[in-house]
Amino acid sequence: MQITSGEIRPDELRTQLTNRAAGAYVSFEGWIRDLNEGQEVLRLEYEVYEPVAITEGQNVIDEAVEKYPILRARCVHRSGLLEIGECAVWVGVTSAHRDEAFAACRYIIDQVKHRLPIWKKEHYVEGHSGWVNCERCASHAQ
Amino acid sequence: MSKRVTIRYFAGFRENAGTGEEVLDIDVSNAGDVFRALQHRHGSSEPLGHCKVAINDEMADWDSVVRDGDTVLLFPPVAGG
Repeated sequence: MQITSGEIRPDELRTQLTNRAAGAYVSFEGWIRDLNEGQEVLRLEYEVYEPVAITEGQNVIDEAVEKYPILRARCVHRSGLLEIGECAVWVGVTSAHRDEAFAACRYIIDQVKHRLPIWKKEHYVEGHSGWVNCERCASHAQ
Repeated sequence: MSKRVTIRYFAGFRENAGTGEEVLDIDVSNAGDVFRALQHRHGSSEPLGHCKVAINDEMADWDSVVRDGDTVLLFPPVAGG
């Protein structure tokens, strides 16, 4: 598990997973899109509490390795300011066959989204901004 | 009995509290007590189940015991990915 403020380069990350026993490689990339819940998004800011995000992210990867017969798994998540179209999160999994690679990749991204202390602030074209998923903080958001 | 606890706020909670961290003497037993006692600081009416908590940099439950000298990290609803 890695948190980075630099650009995520899936092609480079992919090469770190190559393995002669691997018959399948499945990856997921989460990208910044320009629209969320009807509001036009200008850019996005991720706040990450790294000490816990890295530990919990590694727990998720270890769980995937235990649950599914995969060879290797990695996850990288961005922090800081991101523009539309940038890669926010990457998950890569290798295994002998495709079924377990798909399942493990899905498990990792779902758990990462649900468990890691990462928050997303959207800056909208209209000038305001808001924390995603925190409706009851919204009235205070700047 | 009052305990000296360091509270850390993140994202929307930090913006509402106007600070990322404060040290308080509060009468609490568990992490849920901390969340409820500081509702006026983090300003959120989110149900506990939507938020998360860590104690001394380890993920915890809302019924986890808070001890004198602990650092309690209050996490608003997360939104990674």
